[in-house]
Amino acid sequence: MMSPLGLHYGAGCRHVDWPRAQSPRSMIGCGGRERKNLARSWRLHAVQALRMEAVAGSRAHGGSAGGGKKKKMTKKLQRYWEGPPPPDTPAGAPSKAKRRHNEKTRPRAGAEGSLQARKVLHGSEAAGQISGKRDPFPGAAPLPQHKVKKFQRGQKSQLAEVSSQRLRDHLALLEQKVELAVQQAARMELLLPEEPGFLEGDPGEDTCTIAQADIAEAADIASATKHFELTLNQFGPYRMDYTRPGRHLLLGGRRGHVAALDWQTKSLLCEINVMETVTDVTWLHTENMFAVAQRRWLYVYDNQGVELNCLKRFNGVLRMEFLPYHFLLATASETGFLQYLDISVGKEVATICTRGGRLGVMGQNPANAIIHLGHSNGTVTLWSPNIKEPLVRMLCHRGGVRAVAVDSSGMYMATSGLDRKLHIYDLRAYQPVQSLVLPVGAGHLSFSQRGLLAATCGEVVQVYRDVPMQPPHKPYLSHTLPWTAHGLRFCPFEDVLGVGHGSGFTSLLVPGAGQANFDALENNPFRSRKQRQEWEVKALLEKIPSELITLDPGQLGQVDAITMEQKHHERVERLGFDPQAKPAFQPRRKLKGRSSAGSLLQRKRKVANEEQRTKIRKSLEQQQAAEQERKAAPRAQSSALDRFRK
Amino acid sequence: MRVKVLSRNPDDYIRETKQDLQRVPRNYDPALHPFEVPREYVRALNATKLERVFAKPFLASLDGHRDGVNCMAKHPQSLSTVLSGACDGEVKIWNLTKRECIRTLQAHEGFVRGICTRFCGTSFFTVGDDKTVKQWKMEGPGYGGKEEPLHTILGKTLYTGIDHHWKEAVFATCGHQVDIWDEQRNSPICSLTWGVDSISSVKFNPIETHLLGSCASDRNIVLYDMRQSTPLKKVILDMRTNTLCWNPMEAFIFTSANEDHNLYTFDMRFLDSSVMVHMDHVSAVLDVDYSPTGKEFVSASFDKSVRIFPVDKGHSREVYHTKRMQHVITVKWTSDNKYILCGSDEMNIRLWKANASEKLGVLVPRERAAMNYNQKLKEKFQHHPQIKRIARHRHLPKPIYNQAKELRIMREARRRKELNRRKHSKPGSLPFVSEKKKHIVAVVK
Repeated sequence: MMSPLGLHYGAGCRHVDWPRAQSPRSMIGCGGRERKNLARSWRLHAVQALRMEAVAGSRAHGGSAGGGKKKKMTKKLQRYWEGPPPPDTPAGAPSKAKRRHNEKTRPRAGAEGSLQARKVLHGSEAAGQISGKRDPFPGAAPLPQHKVKKFQRGQKSQLAEVSSQRLRDHLALLEQKVELAVQQAARMELLLPEEPGFLEGDPGEDTCTIAQADIAEAADIASATKHFELTLNQFGPYRMDYTRPGRHLLLGGRRGHVAALDWQTKSLLCEINVMETVTDVTWLHTENMFAVAQRRWLYVYDNQGVELNCLKRFNGVLRMEFLPYHFLLATASETGFLQYLDISVGKEVATICTRGGRLGVMGQNPANAIIHLGHSNGTVTLWSPNIKEPLVRMLCHRGGVRAVAVDSSGMYMATSGLDRKLHIYDLRAYQPVQSLVLPVGAGHLSFSQRGLLAATCGEVVQVYRDVPMQPPHKPYLSHTLPWTAHGLRFCPFEDVLGVGHGSGFTSLLVPGAGQANFDALENNPFRSRKQRQEWEVKALLEKIPSELITLDPGQLGQVDAITMEQKHHERVERLGFDPQAKPAFQPRRKLKGRSSAGSLLQRKRKVANEEQRTKIRKSLEQQQAAEQERKAAPRAQSSALDRFRK
Repeated sequence: MRVKVLSRNPDDYIRETKQDLQRVPRNYDPALHPFEVPREYVRALNATKLERVFAKPFLASLDGHRDGVNCMAKHPQSLSTVLSGACDGEVKIWNLTKRECIRTLQAHEGFVRGICTRFCGTSFFTVGDDKTVKQWKMEGPGYGGKEEPLHTILGKTLYTGIDHHWKEAVFATCGHQVDIWDEQRNSPICSLTWGVDSISSVKFNPIETHLLGSCASDRNIVLYDMRQSTPLKKVILDMRTNTLCWNPMEAFIFTSANEDHNLYTFDMRFLDSSVMVHMDHVSAVLDVDYSPTGKEFVSASFDKSVRIFPVDKGHSREVYHTKRMQHVITVKWTSDNKYILCGSDEMNIRLWKANASEKLGVLVPRERAAMNYNQKLKEKFQHHPQIKRIARHRHLPKPIYNQAKELRIMREARRRKELNRRKHSKPGSLPFVSEKKKHIVAVVK
């Protein structure tokens, strides 16, 4: 019987203290820590309520025992901070039992060795006094593994391999802190206020047959207003873009109509006609500036429609992507140039001649800021501004590539081509995971924050769910537009899909598309002007230099083993000896003739042989593991050439 | 059909009145925070740069002495009081918060060689070139009163240093021998000698209060136990040790300031090898004092600079110098671990921050949180070359810079020569001797 009595009651006592210690005002504007406390206290409330019930139940059953206790309570109230009860408490047998409880809890609580454990210990004694009941929910509240896993980063450090005791202790302490942080973050999930949306059909009803009007009718009024259509059939077809908090919308009609608006309140920021062909529009870092790719050059306007800049070095731009953390505007031009503009200082960071022809297909990987370009020969190339050659070149389609999109985790890429196929690629292995044939072939693709994939086939917009996991035989949602689609974006933090088309703009409701809970320090849809200004300053301060754009953004946090090796090598050469080398075994001098030359040699040999043996054992184990792995791996397609493989 | 569309109530996210704080809902999901490592790296880089921008360690100069400052003592009770003795026999007591001298007394003829306070802070002792030991009250005489010492002991020989026991009414002086005195008596309780040379400094161990360490001009460091009549043991180094200081947190550890530009940290149990050699000064090190945490110490050198060393590192983390500061003779780390005082040849006492970029005064909680966060970031990314380069960079006066370069070349040449010699001799005949052992000549018990 592990007596968890102490742990839980201790926690209960701690909770009782809180309201006194913390004024309610401090809880209103609370940061992460207070929130965590709140979470705990909330949980404790629940647990305590349960405990109360249990106590009440016991009273009901054993009336006489309860009465006895009541008498004792009235005699003297024992507080947990007053230490253990005096040994001469009435009823010898129960007190003994209680002591045994305490003895059992003691080593367990002491094992943690922290202040908290000590508090808990005192709590157990108090609790034993008050009710004498065992805790039905021992220990901390359970934390499911999948919730914890979400917050874990990297691998645990291999403490056994560390030679220095000091370093090992340091790493162990660090590991402990990381563990605590992960658990606290996972517990924090409980406090998130919103739940993501969903759509479930009746039995036998496909969700793709549900019309937008029905969804809007079934949803609340506020959501229903998010489904709307702007009829702009003079200057279309329209390209469009949402800001990163998802509050503002930018529309650019091919015949020069550019409009920026707060789409939720439907208030217009500006509306201009640039009197020139508009090929693409994009918001820059805030809703104060946007870039418009026009027939000849690239222009930057502010939210009043005033022209801020005309970039003549960026000509014939067809597609643009803004990399928000690097403050880079990547543009792809009809002459095959990929250009990067640092919009914080207005400098052209890189100009790359892709030699890939007209670049009408572009996408960015939001996890590592790599630009994906689709080419007419069916290849997709991956680019960073630091290298003049593509990082990766993938042959994705038999015909030209029509659209590319990468999901928010940066793991999956969706491509569609002239061969009417839609492929999902795993970007870790650069292997296709799913592919499906669409009747017309998708002209535009877009991933939502929660992984829904939207595709436009002519005037039909289809949304797929869980595409990387299983090949969808039916879309999740489907909607027919009045005209052919020309631009497609999911709105961040909303269940909304925006589609620009030949006769205006349509905002569709896609339940389950947006991330339900935003982080206000990152993207806050409700931010005020002051908050935006503060955010802008902070964001500019931590602008990531373009040199750090690599396929793996976490590389910077890893040990640079190559340089370390090289430095060590140089040091050995300079010093003339290896300062880290293990000194040769020197047998200790032993008494009584056991240190004869022969026995010394024997001992030396023994140690040397032992080392040799461990080495051999290790290498054998490695070989065996490799062998097993090879056997276990299923042969995808056995080929006649396999016999030449090693 | 069941449907739920994301719909937020703005009242939950926008503050009610302008007097409220803005609501900042957080979500720690890593998916919402991309580029974690590069962003932290940039923050760490900015923090490191800002640290260098705000590194303005010099706070004040206390002037008033009419000759070079030869010795200083901290007040054991009051953080704002410091005592200093000059080469003209004058002792001054300073108030650090007001940055002014509160009392001046002519203590000796000639140098004030040593000064120490009693553990209770009511009186202090000075020794001088006039072969006297004087005890003074901390408070000055009343209006019209005369500056008179409480006691005066006339000695036979010159005294070069003094230190007081940390708990008892006992003090020790050094000169030709180490004398241990009872405050009530006019003759020493015991005199300890080992060899015949003059002893430059004596220090009581703050934890094991019966232990003393002294350094003599015949290049040795001698350890004594007050309860015995004979010294414990001594270690002889290559060159003379000027002074030593015990670690206030680790009883066995002490650091000695040597003439050969280095400082040596010893474990008194194992004197045959120093725990760490601290190199960076380019001239003789004259004084050393530990921080109250025992993690760092400050050293004063003849090369007109003050350096701060971590105890477990071979090189300094900080160097302080000004154009006007001459040879620094004495240095002290204040008991609140925040400031450093150094007394130099050109009659000034200078007050420095121990952490050059620290912001003085009260920090608001947000400021403190930001500071802690930045500190952690700097720690996390400290080994990245760009950050390391910025954090390490210090401007040095030209003479020190050139001297350091020269010393480096000399050391390199010596190392190369040894390497060549080893290459052309029988393997094993020239053993490698580590830097920690190289400078130790012998240990005598």
